[in-house]
Amino acid sequence: MSEGKSSPSAVQAETVTKIFGSGETQVTALNEVSVSIRQNEFFTLLGPSGCGKTTLLRLIAGFDHPTRGTIHLEGQDISYLPPYKRPVNTVFQNYALFPHMTVGENIGFGLEMLGQSKTEREKAVGEMLQLVRMDELKDRKTDQISGGQQQRVALARALAPHPKVLLLDEPLSALDLKLRKEMQIELKRLQHETGITFIFVTHDQEEALTMSDRIAVMNAGRILQIGSPRDIYDHPAERFVANFIGETNFLDAELVSAKNGSARLRLPSGKMVNAALAEGARTEGTVSIVVRPEHAGLTTAKSKAALTGRLENVVYFGTDTHYHLRLDGGGEPFIVRQQNSRDTEETLTPGAEVGIEIGKNAVQVLRD
Amino acid sequence: MSELAASSQISVDNAPRDAASALEAAERQEAKRRWLLLSPALVILLLAASGPLLIVLTYSFLKPGDYGGVIWQFSTEAWFNVFLQEDIFEETTTFSDAHLSIFWRSVRLSLGTTLMALLIGFPTAYFMATRPASSRDLWLFLITIPFWTNLLIRTFAIMEVIRNEGIINSILIGLGIIDTPIQMMFTDFAIMLGMLYVYLPLMVLPIYASMEKLDFRLVEAGYDLYATRWRVLKRVIFPLVKPGVIAGSILVFIPSLGAYVTPRVLGGGKNLMLGNLIELQFGQGRNWPLGAALSITLLAIVMIALLAYVRNVSRQENAHG
Repeated sequence: MSEGKSSPSAVQAETVTKIFGSGETQVTALNEVSVSIRQNEFFTLLGPSGCGKTTLLRLIAGFDHPTRGTIHLEGQDISYLPPYKRPVNTVFQNYALFPHMTVGENIGFGLEMLGQSKTEREKAVGEMLQLVRMDELKDRKTDQISGGQQQRVALARALAPHPKVLLLDEPLSALDLKLRKEMQIELKRLQHETGITFIFVTHDQEEALTMSDRIAVMNAGRILQIGSPRDIYDHPAERFVANFIGETNFLDAELVSAKNGSARLRLPSGKMVNAALAEGARTEGTVSIVVRPEHAGLTTAKSKAALTGRLENVVYFGTDTHYHLRLDGGGEPFIVRQQNSRDTEETLTPGAEVGIEIGKNAVQVLRD
Repeated sequence: MSELAASSQISVDNAPRDAASALEAAERQEAKRRWLLLSPALVILLLAASGPLLIVLTYSFLKPGDYGGVIWQFSTEAWFNVFLQEDIFEETTTFSDAHLSIFWRSVRLSLGTTLMALLIGFPTAYFMATRPASSRDLWLFLITIPFWTNLLIRTFAIMEVIRNEGIINSILIGLGIIDTPIQMMFTDFAIMLGMLYVYLPLMVLPIYASMEKLDFRLVEAGYDLYATRWRVLKRVIFPLVKPGVIAGSILVFIPSLGAYVTPRVLGGGKNLMLGNLIELQFGQGRNWPLGAALSITLLAIVMIALLAYVRNVSRQENAHG
């Protein structure tokens, strides 16, 4: 992973450990996490609940402080700075709008606390309302507007003081699907227009893939992999990452030779394939590999088939069809996904013996 | 009851044909049930509060009997004597200094008690509300313990602490910090301390109830938006728990204003409050009409204070909205 060298990172966490409680009830929420988030980046912390992503966000916001390790903001150590002294703002999961204030008062609150005059504030609030397209709702109470509108107010409130970094804690999880899609586009637009570094926390892999410049996949208090969405999806480094993002087929294979991050493997069927090697993966012996369902295809020509098996189930999804197979030689079920087209003729039925074709760069060797 | 059954019968029959009238019938039935549930409380209020109040009001317009009681003759003398007094020798009418000073002391001490209760109760409630849910019940339990003991006993306990030979003075003298005991008994301070001790839970509990409902993410949002601790308290926490603060203040102020036992025991005979003055009229003073008039006056003060408070609050809320 190459880091931007010209300017300091927006946020840099170095071997950050956070332990809650003590003695028997002690919980390690973050375990020696290091990450460098670039300026103007849309960076996503992705992982299941309890993986430590929200804890890391809270450490950056200043609501909690690291047990060990440091956090730098544009080169300045902020590890133990209280939240009100950090040029960082948060969009909370349930928005946390002040119910005793109007929309305008909510948005102006940060500016007021920073000591801006009333006229300055009025102007900034007006601009923010325009930015999130809510001009007419300035004098409404926060319980008189819809969930989507509350979301926009929360965004405007956090953006108004022009923070160096905006933290978003699963801000879209309370919205319905249609609104969520809208807000995803809206968030990207806001990030683009303001040029502020966004750190986005989510457990929704699709959301992470569509919105992020880079993603850090977390589990059990650790960052497992950092990379672009494509990187993470096509080249998962660990079983957990491959499993958490998208559907995946896992196989065991014999590593024959390895060089410069690529390897030559022998599949259980005896066929040889080329594969990409994850950083830190073994370079000999039996290794775990993954093949995405859409990177494999069905074939009747035995010579092309890398694997063979018996078709167990065919599931039609409209845009594509999923074929569930039992491989010859056993193991976990293997799934092949094929795009449907008008010309596709449904001929395969469960029980058929089929061959599996694997694309050129479809195989990834895992670290574990 | 048969009517209830009948109306429910009708609503069921009509439901498919006329949903609106069925709904109406259901609502009527609901309203009837509500009155039925309310009725015990209404009966008690009518008999135990409004009735006696009417008697008191009537007595205040009668003449005092020589040995207590009343003579059934209309008179406004009692009301005259609430604030005014006649000098029999000079035949002049002046404000009754004695009564006014007692009114003033009552209001002053009650306000002081309320303020102190707020200053102590607010942080206490905050502390309780920020404990883990599992230990909050324990704190609630501890707060209510004083209620288990009789008011008189609690007041005597305070006396034991602050009297000249009491715990505080004994310790201070024993440590050589003072030579002669500090006179705390029979002062306004003693009365306020006693009332504070007795009524503090009434301040803590409503504030705690509001505080417990407070979404502490709002507090974090405040910090996040550059508000210091003090400003988060002033701009976020306080406005949101204000209903609790108001309820607590009312619950402390009103009984303080009418307190009888505490000023009697801790204030000695000297520092009377309204409650003592009223009691005096029904006892040694043998002037029931005056006592009745004073009682009504106390009631009026409470109501005026409440109205002013409520008005003030709703005006503030309107200014916000």
